[in-house]
Amino acid sequence: MIYASLKELSAALAARKISSVELTRLYLERIERLNPALNAFITVDAEKSVAAARIADARIAAGNSTPLTGIPLAQKDIFCAKGWRTTCGSKMLETFIAPYDATVIVKLEQDAGMVSLGKVNMDEFAMGSSNETSYYGAVQNPWDKTRVPGGSSGGSAAAVAAALAPAASGTDTGGSIRQPAALCGLTGLKPTYGVVSRYGMIAFASSLDQAGPIAHSAEDCALLLTAMAGFDEKDSTSLERPQEDYARTLGQSLKGLKIGLPQEFFGDGCDAEVMAAVRAAIHEYEKLGATIVEVKLPNSHLSVPAYYVIAPAEASSNLSRFDGVRYGHRAAEYGDLNDMYRKSRAQGFGAEVKRRILIGAYVLSHGYYDAYYLQAQRIRRLIANDFAEAFKQCDVILSPTSPTTAFKQGEKAADPVQMYLSDIYTIAVNLAGLPGMSLPCGFDQQGLPIGLQLIGNYFEEASMLATAHAYQQATGWHQRRPDGV
Amino acid sequence: MSLTLPEVERIAELARLELNHDEAEIARQQLNGIFSLIEAMQAVNTAGITPMAHAQDVSQRLRADVVTHHDADGQQRDAFQSVAPKTEAGLYLVPRVIE
Repeated sequence: MIYASLKELSAALAARKISSVELTRLYLERIERLNPALNAFITVDAEKSVAAARIADARIAAGNSTPLTGIPLAQKDIFCAKGWRTTCGSKMLETFIAPYDATVIVKLEQDAGMVSLGKVNMDEFAMGSSNETSYYGAVQNPWDKTRVPGGSSGGSAAAVAAALAPAASGTDTGGSIRQPAALCGLTGLKPTYGVVSRYGMIAFASSLDQAGPIAHSAEDCALLLTAMAGFDEKDSTSLERPQEDYARTLGQSLKGLKIGLPQEFFGDGCDAEVMAAVRAAIHEYEKLGATIVEVKLPNSHLSVPAYYVIAPAEASSNLSRFDGVRYGHRAAEYGDLNDMYRKSRAQGFGAEVKRRILIGAYVLSHGYYDAYYLQAQRIRRLIANDFAEAFKQCDVILSPTSPTTAFKQGEKAADPVQMYLSDIYTIAVNLAGLPGMSLPCGFDQQGLPIGLQLIGNYFEEASMLATAHAYQQATGWHQRRPDGV
Repeated sequence: MSLTLPEVERIAELARLELNHDEAEIARQQLNGIFSLIEAMQAVNTAGITPMAHAQDVSQRLRADVVTHHDADGQQRDAFQSVAPKTEAGLYLVPRVIE
Protein backbone atom coordinates (compact mmCIF):
# COMPACT_ATOMS: atom_id res chain seq x y z
CA MET A 1 0.00 0.00 0.00
CA ILE A 2 2.83 2.41 0.77
CA TYR A 3 4.02 2.14 -2.84
CA ALA A 4 0.61 3.09 -4.22
CA SER A 5 0.01 6.29 -6.19
CA LEU A 6 -2.61 8.78 -5.04
CA LYS A 7 -4.90 7.53 -7.81
CA GLU A 8 -4.55 3.97 -6.53
CA LEU A 9 -5.10 5.06 -2.92
CA SER A 10 -8.18 6.97 -4.06
CA ALA A 11 -9.55 3.86 -5.82
CA ALA A 12 -8.82 1.66 -2.77
CA LEU A 13 -10.66 4.10 -0.49
CA ALA A 14 -13.62 4.36 -2.88
CA ALA A 15 -13.86 0.56 -3.15
CA ARG A 16 -13.66 0.29 0.70
CA LYS A 17 -10.57 -1.92 0.41
CA ILE A 18 -9.08 0.26 3.10
CA SER A 19 -10.46 3.03 5.29
CA SER A 20 -8.86 6.43 5.76
CA VAL A 21 -8.38 5.60 9.46
CA GLU A 22 -6.47 2.42 8.55
CA LEU A 23 -4.37 4.24 5.96
CA THR A 24 -3.64 7.09 8.36
CA ARG A 25 -2.62 4.65 11.12
CA LEU A 26 -0.34 2.84 8.64
CA TYR A 27 1.58 6.06 8.00
CA LEU A 28 1.52 7.18 11.66
CA GLU A 29 3.08 3.86 12.62
CA ARG A 30 5.82 4.37 10.00
CA ILE A 31 6.43 7.92 11.25
CA GLU A 32 6.78 6.68 14.82
CA ARG A 33 9.23 3.96 13.76
CA LEU A 34 11.28 5.73 11.09
CA ASN A 35 11.12 9.45 11.82
CA PRO A 36 13.64 9.44 14.73
CA ALA A 37 16.41 8.57 12.23
CA LEU A 38 15.21 11.06 9.58
CA ASN A 39 13.85 14.03 11.57
CA ALA A 40 11.41 14.84 8.77
CA PHE A 41 8.50 15.71 11.08
CA ILE A 42 8.59 18.53 13.63
CA THR A 43 5.07 17.97 15.02
CA VAL A 44 2.88 14.86 14.94
CA ASP A 45 -0.53 14.63 16.62
CA ALA A 46 -1.93 11.15 16.02
CA GLU A 47 -5.27 11.93 17.67
CA LYS A 48 -5.89 14.90 15.41
CA SER A 49 -4.92 12.92 12.30
CA VAL A 50 -7.14 9.95 13.18
CA ALA A 51 -10.05 12.29 13.97
CA ALA A 52 -9.66 13.89 10.52
CA ALA A 53 -9.51 10.42 8.95
CA ARG A 54 -12.81 9.49 10.66
CA ILE A 55 -14.45 12.56 9.13
CA ALA A 56 -13.01 11.58 5.73
CA ASP A 57 -14.40 8.04 6.08
CA ALA A 58 -17.83 9.51 6.89
CA ARG A 59 -17.59 11.70 3.77
CA ILE A 60 -16.74 8.70 1.62
CA ALA A 61 -19.61 6.70 3.16
CA ALA A 62 -22.00 9.59 2.49
CA GLY A 63 -20.93 9.81 -1.14
CA ASN A 64 -19.66 13.32 -0.55
CA SER A 65 -15.99 12.76 -1.34
CA THR A 66 -13.41 14.13 -3.80
CA PRO A 67 -10.64 12.05 -5.44
CA LEU A 68 -8.32 13.03 -2.57
CA THR A 69 -10.67 12.49 0.38
CA GLY A 70 -9.13 10.29 3.05
CA ILE A 71 -5.61 10.35 1.60
CA PRO A 72 -2.99 11.40 4.16
CA LEU A 73 -0.32 14.01 3.48
CA ALA A 74 2.45 15.89 5.29
CA GLN A 75 2.17 19.67 5.58
CA LYS A 76 5.21 21.89 5.44
CA ASP A 77 5.48 23.72 8.77
CA ILE A 78 5.24 27.07 6.97
CA PHE A 79 1.44 26.77 6.64
CA CYS A 80 -0.67 27.99 9.55
CA ALA A 81 -2.98 25.13 10.54
CA LYS A 82 -5.52 25.95 13.22
CA GLY A 83 -4.72 24.23 16.49
CA TRP A 84 -1.41 22.88 15.21
CA ARG A 85 1.93 24.19 16.38
CA THR A 86 3.35 26.07 13.39
CA THR A 87 7.07 26.80 13.79
CA CYS A 88 8.37 27.68 10.30
CA GLY A 89 11.54 25.86 11.41
CA SER A 90 12.34 28.69 13.84
CA LYS A 91 12.85 29.08 17.57
CA MET A 92 10.91 32.33 17.10
CA LEU A 93 7.68 30.29 16.70
CA GLU A 94 8.54 27.35 18.99
CA THR A 95 5.31 27.67 20.98
CA PHE A 96 3.10 29.27 18.31
CA ILE A 97 -0.24 27.47 17.90
CA ALA A 98 -1.81 28.84 14.72
CA PRO A 99 -5.17 30.49 15.46
CA TYR A 100 -6.34 30.14 11.83
CA ASP A 101 -5.91 28.01 8.71
CA ALA A 102 -3.90 28.92 5.62
CA THR A 103 -5.97 28.74 2.42
CA VAL A 104 -3.81 25.80 1.23
CA ILE A 105 -4.75 23.94 4.43
CA VAL A 106 -8.46 24.75 3.94
CA LYS A 107 -8.36 23.59 0.32
CA LEU A 108 -6.44 20.36 0.90
CA GLU A 109 -8.00 19.32 4.22
CA GLN A 110 -11.47 20.83 4.58
CA ASP A 111 -12.41 21.06 0.90
CA ALA A 112 -10.61 18.05 -0.62
CA GLY A 113 -10.77 16.00 2.60
CA MET A 114 -7.10 15.04 2.84
CA VAL A 115 -5.75 14.03 6.26
CA SER A 116 -2.77 15.86 7.77
CA LEU A 117 -0.15 13.51 9.23
CA GLY A 118 1.59 16.47 10.83
CA LYS A 119 3.97 19.34 10.18
CA VAL A 120 7.26 18.68 8.42
CA ASN A 121 10.71 20.14 8.89
CA MET A 122 12.14 22.94 6.77
CA ASP A 123 14.95 25.46 6.67
CA GLU A 124 14.22 28.30 9.10
CA PHE A 125 11.68 30.64 7.46
CA ALA A 126 12.37 28.70 4.23
CA MET A 127 15.86 30.22 4.00
CA GLY A 128 18.19 27.45 2.95
CA SER A 129 18.92 24.73 0.41
CA SER A 130 19.83 21.84 2.73
CA ASN A 131 17.36 21.92 5.65
CA GLU A 132 20.36 22.50 7.93
CA THR A 133 19.19 25.94 9.08
CA SER A 134 16.16 24.46 10.92
CA TYR A 135 16.09 25.13 14.66
CA TYR A 136 14.64 21.61 14.96
CA GLY A 137 17.72 19.96 13.49
CA ALA A 138 18.88 18.75 10.10
CA VAL A 139 16.84 16.24 8.08
CA GLN A 140 18.46 13.10 6.69
CA ASN A 141 18.11 12.14 3.03
CA PRO A 142 16.45 8.69 2.89
CA TRP A 143 18.74 7.71 -0.02
CA ASP A 144 21.85 8.29 2.12
CA LYS A 145 21.42 9.45 5.69
CA THR A 146 24.80 11.21 5.72
CA ARG A 147 23.47 13.60 3.06
CA VAL A 148 21.04 16.50 3.00
CA PRO A 149 17.54 16.18 1.51
CA GLY A 150 17.78 19.66 -0.01
CA GLY A 151 15.78 22.63 1.11
CA SER A 152 13.90 24.48 2.12
CA SER A 153 11.11 21.86 1.79
CA GLY A 154 13.55 19.16 2.98
CA GLY A 155 11.18 17.59 5.50
CA SER A 156 8.45 17.37 2.85
CA ALA A 157 10.79 15.58 0.43
CA ALA A 158 12.35 13.25 3.02
CA ALA A 159 8.88 12.29 4.35
CA VAL A 160 7.62 11.32 0.89
CA ALA A 161 10.86 9.59 -0.18
CA ALA A 162 10.82 7.46 3.00
CA ALA A 163 7.08 6.72 2.58
CA LEU A 164 6.17 8.45 5.83
CA ALA A 165 3.51 10.17 3.70
CA PRO A 166 2.27 9.56 0.14
CA ALA A 167 2.57 13.28 -0.68
CA ALA A 168 3.45 16.61 0.92
CA SER A 169 2.93 20.32 0.52
CA GLY A 170 5.92 22.54 -0.07
CA THR A 171 6.79 26.12 -0.91
CA ASP A 172 9.28 27.46 -3.44
CA THR A 173 10.86 30.92 -3.34
CA GLY A 174 14.08 30.14 -5.24
CA GLY A 175 13.89 26.37 -5.76
CA SER A 176 12.63 25.09 -2.41
CA ILE A 177 10.22 22.54 -3.92
CA ARG A 178 12.22 21.55 -7.01
CA GLN A 179 15.69 21.15 -5.49
CA PRO A 180 14.62 18.86 -2.59
CA ALA A 181 12.41 16.89 -5.02
CA ALA A 182 15.51 16.42 -7.22
CA LEU A 183 17.76 15.43 -4.32
CA CYS A 184 15.20 12.91 -2.96
CA GLY A 185 14.09 11.30 -6.27
CA LEU A 186 10.62 12.90 -6.32
CA THR A 187 8.36 14.99 -8.52
CA GLY A 188 7.64 18.52 -7.28
CA LEU A 189 5.96 21.50 -8.88
CA LYS A 190 6.08 25.26 -8.34
CA PRO A 191 3.07 26.91 -10.03
CA THR A 192 2.90 30.23 -11.87
CA TYR A 193 3.12 33.06 -9.33
CA GLY A 194 -0.40 33.91 -8.15
CA VAL A 195 -2.03 30.53 -8.90
CA VAL A 196 -1.93 29.19 -5.32
CA SER A 197 -2.96 31.44 -2.43
CA ARG A 198 -0.26 32.68 -0.06
CA TYR A 199 -2.76 33.43 2.71
CA GLY A 200 -1.58 31.85 5.96
CA MET A 201 1.71 30.75 4.41
CA ILE A 202 4.36 32.44 6.54
CA ALA A 203 5.95 35.01 4.24
CA PHE A 204 9.60 34.94 3.19
CA ALA A 205 9.82 36.91 -0.09
CA SER A 206 6.27 37.77 -1.05
CA SER A 207 6.82 38.49 -4.74
CA LEU A 208 8.50 35.07 -5.23
CA ASP A 209 6.83 32.65 -2.75
CA GLN A 210 4.53 29.99 -4.22
CA ALA A 211 3.18 26.78 -2.70
CA GLY A 212 3.00 23.51 -4.59
CA PRO A 213 2.97 19.71 -4.25
CA ILE A 214 5.76 17.17 -3.75
CA ALA A 215 4.86 13.56 -4.62
CA HIS A 216 6.13 10.59 -6.64
CA SER A 217 4.73 11.39 -10.06
CA ALA A 218 3.42 14.12 -12.33
CA GLU A 219 0.01 12.47 -12.13
CA ASP A 220 -0.04 12.78 -8.32
CA CYS A 221 1.14 16.39 -8.56
CA ALA A 222 -1.64 17.18 -11.05
CA LEU A 223 -4.29 15.87 -8.62
CA LEU A 224 -2.82 17.85 -5.72
CA LEU A 225 -2.37 21.08 -7.68
CA THR A 226 -5.99 20.91 -8.85
CA ALA A 227 -7.02 20.91 -5.18
CA MET A 228 -4.54 23.61 -4.09
CA ALA A 229 -4.97 26.20 -6.84
CA GLY A 230 -7.61 28.87 -7.17
CA PHE A 231 -8.40 32.53 -6.64
CA ASP A 232 -8.41 33.74 -3.05
CA GLU A 233 -9.54 37.22 -2.12
CA LYS A 234 -7.46 36.99 1.05
CA ASP A 235 -4.22 37.06 -1.00
CA SER A 236 -3.70 40.44 -2.68
CA THR A 237 -1.60 38.88 -5.48
CA SER A 238 -3.89 35.90 -6.10
CA LEU A 239 -5.01 35.81 -9.75
CA GLU A 240 -8.67 35.70 -10.75
CA ARG A 241 -8.76 32.76 -13.14
CA PRO A 242 -11.18 29.89 -13.78
CA GLN A 243 -10.58 26.62 -11.87
CA GLU A 244 -8.50 24.16 -13.84
CA ASP A 245 -8.20 20.39 -13.94
CA TYR A 246 -4.44 20.03 -14.18
CA ALA A 247 -4.73 16.34 -15.07
CA ARG A 248 -6.84 17.02 -18.16
CA THR A 249 -4.04 16.63 -20.70
CA LEU A 250 -2.14 13.77 -19.07
CA GLY A 251 -1.60 11.05 -21.64
CA GLN A 252 -1.52 13.29 -24.68
CA SER A 253 1.16 12.64 -27.30
CA LEU A 254 4.33 14.71 -27.33
CA LYS A 255 4.50 14.67 -31.16
CA GLY A 256 5.29 18.17 -32.34
CA LEU A 257 6.24 19.42 -28.86
CA LYS A 258 9.19 21.80 -28.98
CA ILE A 259 11.57 21.52 -26.04
CA GLY A 260 14.00 24.39 -25.54
CA LEU A 261 17.46 23.84 -24.09
CA PRO A 262 18.95 27.04 -22.67
CA GLN A 263 22.62 26.88 -23.61
CA GLU A 264 23.53 28.77 -20.42
CA PHE A 265 22.24 25.83 -18.33
CA PHE A 266 24.31 23.29 -20.26
CA GLY A 267 27.76 24.82 -19.77
CA ASP A 268 30.31 24.50 -16.98
CA GLY A 269 29.34 24.26 -13.34
CA CYS A 270 27.20 21.14 -13.58
CA ASP A 271 28.32 17.72 -12.36
CA ALA A 272 29.13 15.38 -15.29
CA GLU A 273 26.89 12.55 -14.08
CA VAL A 274 23.96 14.94 -13.66
CA MET A 275 24.54 16.29 -17.17
CA ALA A 276 24.76 12.77 -18.65
CA ALA A 277 21.40 11.83 -17.09
CA VAL A 278 19.79 15.01 -18.39
CA ARG A 279 21.20 14.34 -21.90
CA ALA A 280 19.74 10.83 -21.75
CA ALA A 281 16.35 12.32 -20.82
CA ILE A 282 16.55 14.66 -23.83
CA HIS A 283 17.17 11.61 -26.04
CA GLU A 284 14.14 9.92 -24.47
CA TYR A 285 12.01 12.97 -25.28
CA GLU A 286 13.18 12.81 -28.91
CA LYS A 287 12.04 9.19 -29.01
CA LEU A 288 8.66 10.34 -27.69
CA GLY A 289 8.29 12.67 -30.66
CA ALA A 290 9.51 15.98 -29.27
CA THR A 291 11.75 18.33 -31.21
CA ILE A 292 14.76 19.88 -29.47
CA VAL A 293 15.65 23.53 -30.08
CA GLU A 294 18.41 25.63 -28.57
CA VAL A 295 17.30 28.77 -26.77
CA LYS A 296 19.15 31.56 -25.00
CA LEU A 297 18.71 33.04 -21.53
CA PRO A 298 21.59 35.55 -21.75
CA ASN A 299 20.91 37.18 -18.37
CA SER A 300 20.47 33.96 -16.40
CA HIS A 301 23.92 34.36 -14.78
CA LEU A 302 22.47 37.43 -13.04
CA SER A 303 19.59 35.55 -11.43
CA VAL A 304 21.46 34.51 -8.27
CA PRO A 305 22.83 38.06 -7.65
CA ALA A 306 19.41 39.67 -8.28
CA TYR A 307 17.68 37.07 -6.11
CA TYR A 308 20.04 37.70 -3.17
CA VAL A 309 19.01 41.35 -3.23
CA ILE A 310 15.26 40.96 -3.81
CA ALA A 311 14.58 37.99 -1.52
CA PRO A 312 16.49 39.37 1.51
CA ALA A 313 14.95 42.83 0.98
CA GLU A 314 11.44 41.39 1.08
CA ALA A 315 12.41 39.07 3.95
CA SER A 316 13.77 41.90 6.09
CA SER A 317 10.47 43.71 5.62
CA ASN A 318 8.28 40.62 6.21
CA LEU A 319 10.21 39.46 9.26
CA SER A 320 9.95 42.85 10.97
CA ARG A 321 6.58 41.55 12.25
CA PHE A 322 8.45 39.27 14.68
CA ASP A 323 8.86 41.81 17.44
CA GLY A 324 8.00 39.82 20.56
CA VAL A 325 4.71 41.69 21.00
CA ARG A 326 1.81 39.92 19.28
CA TYR A 327 3.24 36.42 18.84
CA GLY A 328 6.56 34.60 18.86
CA HIS A 329 9.54 34.61 21.15
CA ARG A 330 10.09 37.42 23.66
CA ALA A 331 13.39 37.67 25.57
CA ALA A 332 13.09 36.92 29.29
CA GLU A 333 15.02 40.03 30.27
CA TYR A 334 15.17 43.41 28.57
CA GLY A 335 15.31 47.12 29.23
CA ASP A 336 13.27 49.46 27.08
CA LEU A 337 11.05 48.63 24.08
CA ASN A 338 13.91 48.84 21.59
CA ASP A 339 16.02 46.53 23.74
CA MET A 340 13.11 44.08 23.85
CA TYR A 341 12.94 44.03 20.04
CA ARG A 342 16.70 43.62 19.64
CA LYS A 343 17.05 40.84 22.21
CA SER A 344 13.88 38.95 21.25
CA ARG A 345 14.90 38.92 17.56
CA ALA A 346 18.55 38.08 18.31
CA GLN A 347 17.43 35.08 20.39
CA GLY A 348 14.54 33.96 18.18
CA PHE A 349 16.26 33.98 14.76
CA GLY A 350 19.07 31.70 13.61
CA ALA A 351 22.26 32.71 11.78
CA GLU A 352 21.01 32.41 8.17
CA VAL A 353 17.84 34.38 8.89
CA LYS A 354 19.87 37.13 10.56
CA ARG A 355 22.26 37.25 7.59
CA ARG A 356 19.39 37.74 5.16
CA ILE A 357 17.69 40.36 7.34
CA LEU A 358 20.99 42.28 7.45
CA ILE A 359 21.46 42.07 3.66
CA GLY A 360 17.87 43.21 3.17
CA ALA A 361 18.11 46.09 5.61
CA TYR A 362 21.29 47.24 3.87
CA VAL A 363 20.03 47.13 0.27
CA LEU A 364 16.87 48.98 1.27
CA SER A 365 18.67 51.61 3.33
CA HIS A 366 19.10 55.22 2.31
CA GLY A 367 21.66 55.70 -0.44
CA TYR A 368 21.76 52.04 -1.52
CA TYR A 369 18.18 51.46 -2.66
CA ASP A 370 18.74 52.48 -6.29
CA ALA A 371 22.07 50.72 -6.69
CA TYR A 372 20.86 47.42 -5.28
CA TYR A 373 17.11 47.01 -5.00
CA LEU A 374 16.02 48.89 -8.12
CA GLN A 375 18.91 47.49 -10.15
CA ALA A 376 17.89 43.96 -9.07
CA GLN A 377 14.29 44.63 -10.12
CA ARG A 378 15.47 45.86 -13.53
CA ILE A 379 17.55 42.72 -13.96
CA ARG A 380 14.50 40.73 -12.96
CA ARG A 381 12.70 42.30 -15.93
CA LEU A 382 15.59 41.35 -18.26
CA ILE A 383 15.42 37.75 -17.04
CA ALA A 384 11.64 37.61 -17.58
CA ASN A 385 12.12 39.10 -21.07
CA ASP A 386 14.68 36.39 -21.90
CA PHE A 387 12.12 33.71 -21.05
CA ALA A 388 9.47 35.47 -23.16
CA GLU A 389 11.84 35.39 -26.16
CA ALA A 390 12.71 31.74 -25.52
CA PHE A 391 9.04 30.73 -25.38
CA LYS A 392 8.58 32.15 -28.90
CA GLN A 393 10.71 29.22 -30.06
CA CYS A 394 9.61 26.41 -27.77
CA ASP A 395 6.71 25.08 -25.67
CA VAL A 396 8.67 24.01 -22.61
CA ILE A 397 12.24 24.54 -21.38
CA LEU A 398 14.36 21.70 -20.03
CA SER A 399 17.48 21.78 -17.83
CA PRO A 400 19.04 20.08 -14.81
CA THR A 401 17.25 21.00 -11.55
CA SER A 402 20.39 21.19 -9.42
CA PRO A 403 24.06 21.16 -10.45
CA THR A 404 24.82 18.23 -8.12
CA THR A 405 23.12 15.31 -6.42
CA ALA A 406 22.57 15.41 -2.64
CA PHE A 407 25.64 16.75 -0.86
CA LYS A 408 26.99 15.71 2.55
CA GLN A 409 25.57 17.16 5.76
CA GLY A 410 27.84 20.03 6.79
CA GLU A 411 29.60 20.23 3.40
CA LYS A 412 28.29 23.67 2.47
CA ALA A 413 26.86 24.83 5.80
CA ALA A 414 29.81 27.11 6.62
CA ASP A 415 29.87 28.90 3.25
CA PRO A 416 26.64 30.76 2.41
CA VAL A 417 27.77 31.60 -1.14
CA GLN A 418 28.42 27.93 -2.04
CA MET A 419 25.01 27.03 -0.62
CA TYR A 420 23.32 29.77 -2.66
CA LEU A 421 24.81 28.41 -5.90
CA SER A 422 22.94 25.14 -5.34
CA ASP A 423 19.90 26.94 -6.82
CA ILE A 424 21.47 28.39 -10.01
CA TYR A 425 19.00 26.63 -12.34
CA THR A 426 15.85 27.23 -10.32
CA ILE A 427 16.01 30.87 -9.16
CA ALA A 428 15.41 32.51 -12.56
CA VAL A 429 12.03 30.73 -12.71
CA ASN A 430 10.86 32.42 -9.49
CA LEU A 431 12.14 35.82 -10.61
CA ALA A 432 10.12 35.51 -13.83
CA GLY A 433 7.12 34.02 -11.95
CA LEU A 434 6.93 31.02 -14.29
CA PRO A 435 5.82 27.48 -13.41
CA GLY A 436 8.59 24.92 -13.00
CA MET A 437 8.92 21.34 -11.86
CA SER A 438 11.49 18.68 -11.11
CA LEU A 439 11.20 15.00 -11.94
CA PRO A 440 13.61 12.10 -11.45
CA CYS A 441 15.75 11.23 -14.51
CA GLY A 442 18.36 8.81 -13.19
CA PHE A 443 20.96 8.09 -10.52
CA ASP A 444 24.64 8.80 -10.09
CA GLN A 445 27.21 6.09 -9.36
CA GLN A 446 26.62 6.48 -5.64
CA GLY A 447 22.94 5.66 -6.10
CA LEU A 448 21.75 9.23 -5.53
CA PRO A 449 18.78 10.54 -7.53
CA ILE A 450 19.18 13.14 -10.30
CA GLY A 451 16.48 15.69 -11.11
CA LEU A 452 15.32 17.10 -14.43
CA GLN A 453 13.74 20.55 -14.49
CA LEU A 454 10.90 21.52 -16.82
CA ILE A 455 9.91 25.18 -17.09
CA GLY A 456 6.56 26.11 -18.62
CA ASN A 457 5.21 29.37 -19.95
CA TYR A 458 2.78 31.28 -17.69
CA PHE A 459 -0.27 29.14 -16.74
CA GLU A 460 1.05 26.15 -18.72
CA GLU A 461 1.12 23.83 -15.68
CA ALA A 462 -1.17 21.29 -17.38
CA SER A 463 0.98 20.91 -20.50
CA MET A 464 4.16 20.88 -18.39
CA LEU A 465 2.66 18.06 -16.29
CA ALA A 466 1.68 16.19 -19.46
CA THR A 467 5.27 16.55 -20.70
CA ALA A 468 6.53 15.08 -17.41
CA HIS A 469 3.87 12.35 -17.38
CA ALA A 470 4.79 11.10 -20.88
CA TYR A 471 8.42 10.72 -19.74
CA GLN A 472 7.32 8.89 -16.58
CA GLN A 473 5.18 6.49 -18.61
CA ALA A 474 8.23 5.68 -20.76
CA THR A 475 10.82 5.42 -17.97
CA GLY A 476 10.66 4.10 -14.42
CA TRP A 477 12.91 6.50 -12.52
CA HIS A 478 10.05 7.93 -10.44
CA GLN A 479 9.16 4.45 -9.20
CA ARG A 480 12.54 3.76 -7.58
CA ARG A 481 12.55 3.75 -3.79
CA PRO A 482 15.49 3.96 -1.38
CA ASP A 483 16.56 0.76 0.42
CA GLY A 484 14.72 0.02 3.62
CA VAL A 485 11.53 1.73 2.47
CA MET B 1 32.51 47.25 -2.12
CA SER B 2 33.47 46.21 1.39
CA LEU B 3 31.40 46.68 4.52
CA THR B 4 33.07 48.00 7.67
CA LEU B 5 32.27 46.89 11.20
CA PRO B 6 30.48 50.18 12.08
CA GLU B 7 28.33 49.76 8.95
CA VAL B 8 27.34 46.24 10.00
CA GLU B 9 26.51 47.52 13.47
CA ARG B 10 24.39 50.31 11.98
CA ILE B 11 22.43 47.84 9.79
CA ALA B 12 21.90 45.57 12.80
CA GLU B 13 20.49 48.52 14.71
CA LEU B 14 18.16 49.36 11.79
CA ALA B 15 17.04 45.71 11.70
CA ARG B 16 16.59 45.60 15.51
CA LEU B 17 19.00 42.70 15.91
CA GLU B 18 21.38 42.64 18.86
CA LEU B 19 24.84 41.52 17.71
CA ASN B 20 27.88 41.34 19.97
CA HIS B 21 31.30 42.34 18.62
CA ASP B 22 32.31 38.82 17.52
CA GLU B 23 28.97 38.17 15.80
CA ALA B 24 29.20 41.49 13.99
CA GLU B 25 32.70 40.63 12.73
CA ILE B 26 31.56 37.21 11.44
CA ALA B 27 28.53 38.87 9.82
CA ARG B 28 30.82 41.45 8.19
CA GLN B 29 32.97 38.75 6.55
CA GLN B 30 29.97 36.72 5.37
CA LEU B 31 28.09 39.74 4.07
CA ASN B 32 31.15 40.82 2.11
CA GLY B 33 31.28 37.36 0.53
CA ILE B 34 27.61 37.62 -0.43
CA PHE B 35 27.99 41.18 -1.75
CA SER B 36 30.90 40.09 -3.94
CA LEU B 37 28.39 37.67 -5.54
CA ILE B 38 25.80 40.45 -5.88
CA GLU B 39 28.30 42.89 -7.41
CA ALA B 40 27.99 41.10 -10.79
CA MET B 41 24.76 43.11 -11.20
CA GLN B 42 26.52 46.44 -11.19
CA ALA B 43 28.22 45.96 -14.57
CA VAL B 44 24.86 45.63 -16.36
CA ASN B 45 23.45 48.62 -18.19
CA THR B 46 19.76 48.73 -17.29
CA ALA B 47 18.99 52.25 -18.50
CA GLY B 48 15.39 52.46 -19.68
CA ILE B 49 14.36 49.12 -18.16
CA THR B 50 11.23 49.29 -15.99
CA PRO B 51 11.79 47.64 -12.60
CA MET B 52 9.73 44.48 -12.18
CA ALA B 53 8.13 44.20 -8.76
CA HIS B 54 5.80 41.32 -9.55
CA ALA B 55 5.58 38.57 -12.13
CA GLN B 56 2.09 39.48 -13.29
CA ASP B 57 1.32 43.06 -14.23
CA VAL B 58 -1.92 43.33 -12.31
CA SER B 59 -3.09 46.23 -10.22
CA GLN B 60 -4.13 46.04 -6.60
CA ARG B 61 -7.69 44.89 -6.06
CA LEU B 62 -9.84 47.31 -4.13
CA ARG B 63 -12.77 46.63 -1.84
CA ALA B 64 -15.35 48.77 -0.09
CA ASP B 65 -14.03 50.41 3.07
CA VAL B 66 -16.46 48.70 5.42
CA VAL B 67 -16.15 46.48 8.48
CA THR B 68 -16.15 42.84 7.36
CA HIS B 69 -15.56 41.10 10.70
CA HIS B 70 -17.37 41.63 13.97
CA ASP B 71 -16.13 40.41 17.33
CA ALA B 72 -18.66 41.71 19.84
CA ASP B 73 -17.91 39.11 22.50
CA GLY B 74 -14.11 39.40 22.07
CA GLN B 75 -13.71 35.69 21.24
CA GLN B 76 -11.60 36.30 18.16
CA ARG B 77 -9.48 38.81 20.02
CA ASP B 78 -8.88 36.26 22.78
CA ALA B 79 -7.96 33.60 20.24
CA PHE B 80 -5.44 35.87 18.55
CA GLN B 81 -4.03 37.09 21.86
CA SER B 82 -3.63 33.56 23.18
CA VAL B 83 -0.34 33.40 21.23
CA ALA B 84 0.98 36.74 22.55
CA PRO B 85 3.84 36.75 25.09
CA LYS B 86 2.11 39.22 27.46
CA THR B 87 -1.45 40.57 27.48
CA GLU B 88 -3.80 42.06 30.04
CA ALA B 89 -7.48 42.99 29.67
CA GLY B 90 -7.29 42.60 25.89
CA LEU B 91 -4.17 44.75 25.58
CA TYR B 92 -0.63 43.81 24.54
CA LEU B 93 1.89 44.65 27.24
CA VAL B 94 5.23 46.24 26.29
CA PRO B 95 7.80 48.29 28.22
CA ARG B 96 6.73 51.87 28.92
CA VAL B 97 7.33 54.08 25.85
CA ILE B 98 6.07 57.48 27.07
CA GLU B 99 7.11 58.64 30.54
